[in-house]
Order: sequence, then C-alpha cells, then structure tokens
Amino acid sequence: MATKAAYDLPHNLSQSTVSNTSSLLRIIALALISGAAIASRLFAVINFESIIHEFDPWFNYRATRVLAEKGFYAFWNWFDPTAWYPLGRVVGGTIYPGLMATSGVIYNILHALNLPVDIRNICVLLAPGFSALTAWSTYMFTKEMKDESAGLLAAAFIGIVPGYISRSVAGSYDNEAIAIFLLMFTFFAWIKALKTGSAFFGTIAALFYFYMVAAWGGYAFITNMIPLHALALILMGRYSPRLYVAYSSWYAVGTLASMQVPFVGFQPVRTSEHMAALGVFGLLQIIAFAELVRSHVSSKQFQTLLFASVIGTGILGTVGIIVLTYKGWIAPWTGRFYSLWDTGYAKKYIPIIASVSEHQPTAWPSFFMDLQFLIFLFPAGVVMCFKQLRDEHVFVIIYALVASYFAGVMVRLMLTLTPVVCVAAAIAFSSLLDTYINPDEPDVPEETQKDADSATLADGSSSTATPSVSKKAKKAKDSAAAPTNALTDIVSSVTASTPNQKGERPHGVFGLDSRLVVLLNAIGMLVFFVLHCTWVTANAYSSPSVVLASQNPDGSQHIIDDFREAYYWLRQNTAEDAVVMSWWDYGYQIAGMADRPTLVDNNTWNNTHIATVGKAMSSSEEVAYPILRKHDVEYVLIIFGGLIGYSGDDINKFLWMVRIAQGVWPDEIQEPNYFTRTGEYRVDDAAPPTMKNSLMYKMSYYRFAELFGGNQAVDRVRGQAVPKSGPTLDYLDEAFTSENWIVRIYQVKKEDLLGRDLKSANAFEQGKKRKRTKPSARRRAIV
Amino acid sequence: MPAKTATPAKSTPSATHDATSHNAVQTLWKAYTETTSSRLKTIDAFLFFLMLSGIAQFVYCVLVTNFPFNAFLAGFASCVGQFVLAASLRTQVNPANRSQFKEVSPERAFADFALGSIVLHFFVFNFLG
Repeated sequence: MATKAAYDLPHNLSQSTVSNTSSLLRIIALALISGAAIASRLFAVINFESIIHEFDPWFNYRATRVLAEKGFYAFWNWFDPTAWYPLGRVVGGTIYPGLMATSGVIYNILHALNLPVDIRNICVLLAPGFSALTAWSTYMFTKEMKDESAGLLAAAFIGIVPGYISRSVAGSYDNEAIAIFLLMFTFFAWIKALKTGSAFFGTIAALFYFYMVAAWGGYAFITNMIPLHALALILMGRYSPRLYVAYSSWYAVGTLASMQVPFVGFQPVRTSEHMAALGVFGLLQIIAFAELVRSHVSSKQFQTLLFASVIGTGILGTVGIIVLTYKGWIAPWTGRFYSLWDTGYAKKYIPIIASVSEHQPTAWPSFFMDLQFLIFLFPAGVVMCFKQLRDEHVFVIIYALVASYFAGVMVRLMLTLTPVVCVAAAIAFSSLLDTYINPDEPDVPEETQKDADSATLADGSSSTATPSVSKKAKKAKDSAAAPTNALTDIVSSVTASTPNQKGERPHGVFGLDSRLVVLLNAIGMLVFFVLHCTWVTANAYSSPSVVLASQNPDGSQHIIDDFREAYYWLRQNTAEDAVVMSWWDYGYQIAGMADRPTLVDNNTWNNTHIATVGKAMSSSEEVAYPILRKHDVEYVLIIFGGLIGYSGDDINKFLWMVRIAQGVWPDEIQEPNYFTRTGEYRVDDAAPPTMKNSLMYKMSYYRFAELFGGNQAVDRVRGQAVPKSGPTLDYLDEAFTSENWIVRIYQVKKEDLLGRDLKSANAFEQGKKRKRTKPSARRRAIV
Repeated sequence: MPAKTATPAKSTPSATHDATSHNAVQTLWKAYTETTSSRLKTIDAFLFFLMLSGIAQFVYCVLVTNFPFNAFLAGFASCVGQFVLAASLRTQVNPANRSQFKEVSPERAFADFALGSIVLHFFVFNFLG
C-alpha cells in the first residue's frame, strides 16, 4: 500500500461493480428524496383536507375546471363576464396558461387510462409532484457544477427547504408550483449547452424557456440571467464558439417561442425588460464574425480595425435601443421593474403593488426561517465557485448575487433565491464531506510521525469543548473548496496549538477521531435542518388560509370554517347574477367558491376599478350608496376578525383601500382623516369621525357591541374597546354573518318606493320625527 | 505592409487608409477561398442567402408596412433563427474548432441542426397567423 488510510476499504471490488452500485444507490437516493419532498408537502392535506389554498389558486383552479370540462379551445377563448363586473375579463389572453394546461394534460392522460381522478385532486397534488421533479433537476444542475454527491445533497436540500415548500404545499395551486422546476431545468439545459456547445441542449433550453414563459411571469428572470451570464463571460474574455452555439440557439428559438403566449405577445421585441437578451445576441453575432475573420487573417492592422468596428457597432446598437425607447417603439421599464430597485417606489406610485404583503421587503429572520443552516453555507459555496471558476461557476455566482439582492427586496422573490442557495450550500457541504470521508492519510516521515500524532490528539481533546468544534467545522467548510487548501488551514490551525518543530509538514487529515468530530458535527447540522424544515412546514406553511385552525382548551384542533360557510351561503341564497362587492383579495375566492360576479379580484389590472371599491368602502354611506347602485352591487362582503382575533381582516387592510382611493380621488379621500389627531389608527371612541362614518367601519362593527350583552365590547385584533352604541346602517341590511363573525355580508337596499332617501325612510319607520331643521333633500342620493 | 502602416494610419490621408483596408479585404478573401473546405463554403452560401432574405424582409417592414407584425416577426425570426442554427452548425463542423466541441461530432452537429430547425419552423408556422 502506497498511501496510508484512516480506515480500511475493500480492495477486491472491480471498477464496474463500484460504478454500478453507486449509480443504483444514486437512483434509490433520488427516489427517496422525491418521496420525502412529496410527503412533507402533504401536511396540509392531512391536517386539513384536500382543498385549494389561499387566493390566486382559486382562480387557477376555476380556469382549470373550465379547461377540463370544456376543452382547450373553450379555455383559450374564455371570456369571463363575471369578473371585474361590468367590464369582464378576457381570461384566455390575460393569463399564463402553462399551469392549467399541465393539469389538463395530466387529467386527460389519467382519464384515458380509465383512472377517473377528480380535477381538484390533480390541482391539489400538482405542486408536490412537481417538487419531486425540481429535486431531480436541481440534482442535474448541481452535478454539472461539482459532482453527483453534491447533486444529491442539493436535491435533498431543495426537496425539503421551507423557502420552496412555502409555495408548493399540496393545495397551493399557483404558477410557482411548476415554475421552479422549469427554472432549474432551463438553467440546467443552458449550462449543459454551454459546456458541450451543443445546439440540441440549446433547443431544449429554449423549449423549457417557452414552457416557463407560458407558466410564470417570473420568466423575465431567465430572460435576463442567461444574457447576463453570457455578457459576463464575454467581458471576462471567455468567449468561445460553444457560447455562441448555446446562446444563439437558445435565444433564436426561445424568443420566437415565447411570443406564442398571447399574454406575452410582442413584448420580447417591444419592451426594455427583454432588450438585454437581444443586445447580447447581437453582440455575440458580431464577435463570432470577428473571430471568424480573425482566424483567416492575422494582420495586426486588420485586427485593430476589427476591434474598433466591434466596439463601434456595440455602441451603435446601444444608442439605437435608447433612441427607439425614446421614440416609443420600445416600451420603457415598467413600474414593477422600478419597484425592484427603489423599495419606496411602489408605495409612492403604485400602492396596489405595495399593498400586497408578499411584495414587502424581506425581514432578516425569514432568511433563517426559510433556509436555516443553508444560509450560512451559501457564501461558502459561492467562494468555492470562485476557486474553480469554470464557465458554469460564473453562472452560479451571478445567480447568487442577483437573487440575493432580489430576495432582500421582496418576500416572494425568496423563492428564486432558494434554488441557488441549495446548490451553493450543497457544493460547500459535499466538499466538506469529501475532505473528511476520504480515507487517504498523508505520508508522514518517521521523525515527524510522533509529532503529528500528538497534534491529532491535541485536536481531538481540544474539540471536546463545543465552541472550538463549531469554529473549526465552520472554518473547514469555508475553505474546503480545494481539499489541499482546506487541509492547509486545518493543519496550520492544529499545529499552531502545538509547538512547531519542523517548518514543512505534510498536509492532510490525521486519524479517525478528527474526522469523526467534523463529520458528526456535520450530520448533526443535517439532522437539525430536517427537524427545522418539518416543523416549519407543519406549523407555518401548511395552512390553507381558507380554513383556519385553532386549538380547543384540551389541545385538540378546532377548525374555523367561516369562509366556506359564507361563500356557500352566497351560492345558495342569492340570485346567480347578484353582484358581490368585496376588497380585491377575496375576488377569486368568491368567484371560485360562491360563483358570483365580483367587482374586483386578485388580478389587479384596473387600478381605477379597485380605487372605486376603495372609495365606496372608505366614504360615508351617503356617498357610497350611489357608487354601489351604479355598479349593480347587491351584496357587500367584508372580513372582520375582531371577534376571534383574525388579524388579516379588512379593518387592518383599510388604510390600503384609503390610499388606493386617494390615488384616484385625492380631493375626496384623504388618508390623514382616518387617523386621530395624534396620528394613531384607532377604532374605539377616539376614532375620527371620517373613520367612524366610513362604510367599512360601520359594516365591521354593526351590532358588534350587542354581542357582549352590556359589557365592554373589545376588538380582539386591535385590542381596543369598541363604543357601546355601535354604528347604524341606513343603506345596507345585514344579510349574513358567519359563525365566528369573520365574514359579514350586507345586502344593498333598493331605492325607497316613495322616493325618499333611505336615511329618512329608515328614521320614519323607526317612528322618529323628521327634524325640520335639516332639509333631507340635501342628502338625497343621486342615482 | 500591415505592420508599418498600422501606426500612422490615423494621420495619413484616408486614401491610403482605404487602400490598406481594401488590401486587407482582398487578403481576407484570398485566405478564405484558399483555406475553407467546400462543405463550409456551401454553408456560407446558405448563410449569405439567409442574410439577404432577412435584410429584404426588414427593409420591407421599415419602408412599406409592418402590418401583420406577427407575420413579419415570424418571417424575420425564421431567417435569423435559421441563420444562427446554420452558423452554429458551421462552427461545430469547422475542423479548427475541433478542440472546443469534444462531445459534438459532425453527425451529431447536423442532427442538432435538424432538430433545432424543426422546432424553430414549428413556431414560425404557428406564428405566421
């Protein structure tokens, strides 16, 4: 034996046996990872039921049902007259149809196989199914970066990491459910195309890019990531014919393909977001031509000429694009783009975007919550990419930088950061394992042998103290990129603690004990990661938010089902064409569960329409009534959490309604009027009159105080005492209030038959005499 | 000639500049015709044809009308796409680039080219309208 080994390995195995066994083990590991990924997403189904979650998924589900029942063409040409009443919505042309088409294909395949699976179950289980594919594509991607073992680690990480689970639990039937798989696979195909210089993989990348464009608006991330990578490679002087082949085939096919999606249309040649890709494409053509010419002529002068012309054409192209932008041929950057760079932009100019909770900047703890120990392995992995710095590592580095920034800006973009964190952390972690599992011991000359042994001993004994263990492990992780470098650090740190007698020492890990210390620590981190992920998934990310859970005093689970109760009430007790007004958050749910027309919904394309609803909610009854009548509103639905402490209710969202309404009617609605003089947002006696007279306030607290039977009524969300004599309603009737008062539905009264305004009619019916001093005609509603 | 005239090229009258660049083009053309195999020349002819076709469409779009914009895009993209796919094929089969494309044999390159073209023209056909 030439080299010493820390532990014995079997020697009588042939090369093919080893490779066969390891590939079998890889397949089994991937299968288990897929199983774990699917299983951990089923908490939502087990704890609750097989139900579509949240808001947007309800629309996707409704659209998928149309696709499954009426076929693809009906879906493609679907005009939905019930959304955005009275405008309606051209659904086929305003959605990314990839998700629905995927479910539709699965549905048709299963039915062709005589498996009559309900479309709802397909929709609920689509996200877990695709998470298994994501794990596989992440494996393929990471394999290109390092090796198979890093790939397996990355697959395991992405399979259970909460940052990805948060958007892909069973029932979370949203575009992201399939988009992350497509993202990773497109990147994998791109890297593969770049590595091999094969137009085949370029075309595959283009096809998956097309699928991605059809599935998620976040495709713009790919549209800019790949050109950025290509540009970085060019600037680093790494242009190669492989880059030309990969990029050109991806761009030429992919761009044309992306224009097939009606919602995208001509955007790839008309908007600034897509111009970077076009610019890099042009640049590559010029460079390729220049390279070709250079290969034929070696004249120095010609080369300078060529160089100047390349630069000149590049500048000319940039100027051309800028001029086209000013001429209006290319649409300038949109507000959504600006809000990525200036976090205050959206709040100032597009309150609708700012009002969405997932568009808020990310809080620091959520990085740890979503990624746990991966977040501190992540920089280590990126550093390792720098150490090797092949073309594909440049990609990971750029991806890491860009995605880290975006994840800091917007909570929902944590989703795009998660894959690269998994990849980088897997690279770091597997380097650590490689270093410490590798049984090779360095050759130690006889005289230093004793010294080395004492060094290992010292290392073993010192590392029994916990702080030094973690410190050492971290250090090892940070620098394990090239094993030799890691070992240099280890050995130098070890030798520093012992008297150094020889200047030159062999590098390596000595003995089993030092290996075990690091490895056990690493395994411990993995175990804690799994525990953390399971806990977060089960407790934080598996709530359908349509059904709420609370605990009974005895610890058993109590299901709060107010939403469905109310929506089914609407479905059963109202006319089929009765228009329901609510804040836009609930539009999709009303359409999906109650099947009633809505004024606004979660597809927030018409700011004015939303502002109209905001205005109706935030003005007094007299002002709101004409708005309601003009829009044929028959029912008004609000969410009120004051009774059981449900904090996501409309009073808490109320200020956004005010702000959005103020954006359109600055003269009539002013945000400061809804605060007390000291600038507080209150609902108790101290609330300002504008607040107390607003329709939203009145509907929320109507008859609320009666519930407390003479005691002080308390709003449990805001922890404030509500006035004993609650608001009165003249223009609306309470129609329905759910069990826990979460959903309250009001019916809009028709005009008085005698032509009085409703306020005086109400007063008359209650036997009050009309006060002569106040002429009622002034308050008459104009309809 | 090149090394000497390279530096004063800026100060000398443009006539000499033109002459040298003219010479350079001539040498380029000579080098091209001498060193390029006939197969690559065939591809180059195809590339040249595609370029002319693309330019013609673009000029038509700018000067006459872009009315069925999707049709123009489809036609133009088919030229550009076919051009880059053929150019990719050319780089892949070029013996000078052998070291770059270890995994892509000329046969494989042609298969890639065929697949890419089929996919491209499927989308072109769909987009013509």
